[in-house]
Amino acid sequence: MDALMLSRLQFAVATFFHFIFVPLTLGLSILIAIMETKFVRTGDEEYRRLAKFWGKIFIINFAVGVVTGITLEFQFGTNWSRYSRYVGDIFGSILAIEATLAFFLESTFLAVWIFGWKRLSPKLHCLSIWLVAFAANLSALWILMANAWMQHPVGYTLRNGRAELTDFLAVVTQPFGFQIYFHTLSGAYILAGFFVMGVSAYHLLRKQHVAFFTKSLRMGLVFALIFSLAEVVQGHIHGAEVAKIQPSKLAAMEALWDTQANAPQTLFIIPDEKNERNLVEFGKIPGALSLLAYHSTGATVKGLKDFPKEERPPVALTFIAFRVMVALGFFFALVTVIAWLKRNKLADSPRLLKLLLYSIPLPYIALQAGWIVTEVGRQPWIVWGLMKTKDAVSPIAASQVGISLTAFIVAYSLLGATAFYLIAKHVRRGPEPVRGEG
Amino acid sequence: MLETIWFLLWGVLWAVYFMLDGFDLGLGTLMPVVAKTDTERRLVYHVMGPFWDGNEVWLITAGGVTFAAFPTTYATMFSGLYSALMLILFALIVRGVSFAFRDEVNSPRWKCVWDTCLVVGSFLPALLLGVAFANIFRGLPIDQEGIYQGTLFTLLNPYGLAGGILFVLLFLVHGALWLAVKSSGDLHDRAAKLLPKLWAALLVMAVIFLLTTRRATFLYDNYLANPVLFLILAVTVAALVMIRVYIAKGSWWRAWFASCVTIVGTVLFGVVGLYPKLLPSSIDPAFSLTAFNSSSSPLTLKIMLAVALTFVPIVIAYQAWVHHVFRHKSGEEDLEHEEGY
Ligand code: HDD
Ligand code: HEM
Ligand code: HEM
Repeated sequence: MDALMLSRLQFAVATFFHFIFVPLTLGLSILIAIMETKFVRTGDEEYRRLAKFWGKIFIINFAVGVVTGITLEFQFGTNWSRYSRYVGDIFGSILAIEATLAFFLESTFLAVWIFGWKRLSPKLHCLSIWLVAFAANLSALWILMANAWMQHPVGYTLRNGRAELTDFLAVVTQPFGFQIYFHTLSGAYILAGFFVMGVSAYHLLRKQHVAFFTKSLRMGLVFALIFSLAEVVQGHIHGAEVAKIQPSKLAAMEALWDTQANAPQTLFIIPDEKNERNLVEFGKIPGALSLLAYHSTGATVKGLKDFPKEERPPVALTFIAFRVMVALGFFFALVTVIAWLKRNKLADSPRLLKLLLYSIPLPYIALQAGWIVTEVGRQPWIVWGLMKTKDAVSPIAASQVGISLTAFIVAYSLLGATAFYLIAKHVRRGPEPVRGEG
Repeated sequence: MLETIWFLLWGVLWAVYFMLDGFDLGLGTLMPVVAKTDTERRLVYHVMGPFWDGNEVWLITAGGVTFAAFPTTYATMFSGLYSALMLILFALIVRGVSFAFRDEVNSPRWKCVWDTCLVVGSFLPALLLGVAFANIFRGLPIDQEGIYQGTLFTLLNPYGLAGGILFVLLFLVHGALWLAVKSSGDLHDRAAKLLPKLWAALLVMAVIFLLTTRRATFLYDNYLANPVLFLILAVTVAALVMIRVYIAKGSWWRAWFASCVTIVGTVLFGVVGLYPKLLPSSIDPAFSLTAFNSSSSPLTLKIMLAVALTFVPIVIAYQAWVHHVFRHKSGEEDLEHEEGY
């Protein structure tokens, strides 16, 4: 393989791994902040124990999120130097702003929270976890605005052989960026909600710490319910935006080969990219795609055949990932609604508790599938319409990337296994025993 | 003008990073020497715990600002120094998680693994960052297209290695001083006893480095053209001497501050000597990347300047507040209710 393929693989490995830990950080920080706020408001010791129990998991998860983030920050320079040179004027500044505004706040105040239980007043201590939650969600805003710019470049002009900034506000407030932001954050909150519900269900199934985990489960459920419903609605609006700005991605998401009015959505397809057709199609809903993308069943949707071959994204992967995400999206909405209806007798519904327990991995899969749709569907462009991925790679030796990619895979596997082991260990041990003193 | 301001800011950000993370990297490297028991090791982690991550973000910011203000330099520097940078990143990964993982399992083997990670993960970045900066001072084989024409081993020349050792020693002194400030009892005494020796080694290395810099680099050109600048060097050397004076007096905080000035001075000495070059080319000076031919557009530089001038002081303010909150010496009683790291 050449440096390009290896670099793409390395970037994929590194971002996927980072994004295993990121969403839990985004969602759990808020849940912990709410728990501690309740403690400060009511003085109820149980809420302090809740914050501490989930806090410990949060710390382990956060640590891996931090160390895997650093490698990403520098990979634009190491592996995508041509890209960095071409768009650094815009992209680089957003990354630098993210670090200055968000990362300092996040890491500084997490340390305050960890070490400050005895040294700060309860209110200040609670404020520090709110700052962590705020900063984490702020950092997501900036990085996703940077990503949105790659999907839909705005506010620039081509000058001096590169893209130069002309309108900063347009870049950092672009509507498509907010779509991505809300969609990704809702996904992260769903994940955190399901994580908390699943872990709580584990203990409730064993009838341990029942009061403690009933409270946790209730909080996770409210969170997951709100955002699961929001995600389905917002996801469809998001899809319509994609239809406007990245029509070839839309066609790949739906494996639509021929341009047609009254375009259908099909539940199940096996695409055959070589012959530009689908081997198997099953469950056609005529007009559904036209309706979704352009709000009218009669609208014409452009098919893949009308894009030059070298400008089509990989169809099968994009299509499957999209199906997986959407199916899971409906599943989350369904499960949370059912759980909500049974909210007062959850502790006595072992089947539902088991379902919640085994659902923990599903939001992780949905989030990663979502990123596959976005990033693989963006190919062959690294910056939509401006720069192809193949022109972006650094002039480095394939052997160098081969070694570092191998090192990434080995190191990250060990790291992931260790983090999983520690979190599982902590989950099984349960909360600390009630102490006499506060 | 904008370019010059950014050049200086760039240098200052790196200097601040080394000044802050320097004590973590140094103390992490030093841990096996100063801490003998498990409790002592936990205390060493504890005196770094509240600060190391906040310190490391200065590295991310220094890198990010290189990307934002001088994208061409960022592209050439990080792709050119690919292998060295990857080594630094992996080292920082294992260092970072060792804080969170070490005390999670109560087994000596487990702790030994993460202690080793801390030591290696602290030593390697200290060494390699020194090697990298010395090589930048010396010039890198950069061709017309701004492409690096060397390998990892190109960097391991005598001057580069001297820079690496200098950084390690600077950080060892800085870290030992931090421990002396933050601990009491045996830990404190061991740090105090070690410091005169570390300082002597640092002095020798600093002299060697300054002399070879004259031969290996063009850094003195700016100073000779503008002798006022020698003030930077004078302040740095004075601070280096003051470290020893304060050590003798047992004024640990002051000695630590003198060490801060020494580190910042050392980095700024190099950066000011480089101006306006960010990456001098050893193939042909005309191929060098400078603050002017590798910078972002004026608009980006202006926006970034506004952001930096607004938010960096805020960051400094709250990080200073955190130092105030955790200003106490760490003792065993602190380990009891600890939450992790
Ligand atoms: C939607 C959210 C999101 C996405 C898409 C990314 N990150 Fe991230 N990142 C975060 C959300 C986040 C966070 C929530 O702020 C983290 C995760 C865990 C953590 O501790 O902070 C973080 C940590 C983190 C750190 C460490 C900060 C520290 O030391 O405190 C760096 C340097 C990056 N990230 C850089 C990146 C880059 C270059 C990305 C793009 C390829 C990226 N992240 C994708
Ligand atoms: C965290 C969630 C993310 C995931 C899981 C993800 C996933 C991926 C994947 C799978 C690829 C490889 C695509 C291919 O080559 O076929 C890729 C490429 C890339 N992504 Fe992302 N991505 C994420 C976020 C981001 C963000 C936030 C940015 C920028 C701000 C970004 C920038 C890039 C770049 C520069 C490449 C390399 C060039 C390319 O292959 O297109 N990614 N990403
Ligand atoms: C029925 C529900 C859903 C619909 C219609 C939907 C729609 C979409 C669309 C059209 C994209 C591509 C956007 C682009 O290319 O820029 C996308 C991306 C994504 N989806 Fe979904 N989605 C749904 C549910 C979910 C769920 C449940 C999750 C996670 C829990 C999720 C996570 C993501 C992520 C992380 C991305 C990539 C980031 C982004 O572009 O926003 N989605 N989704």
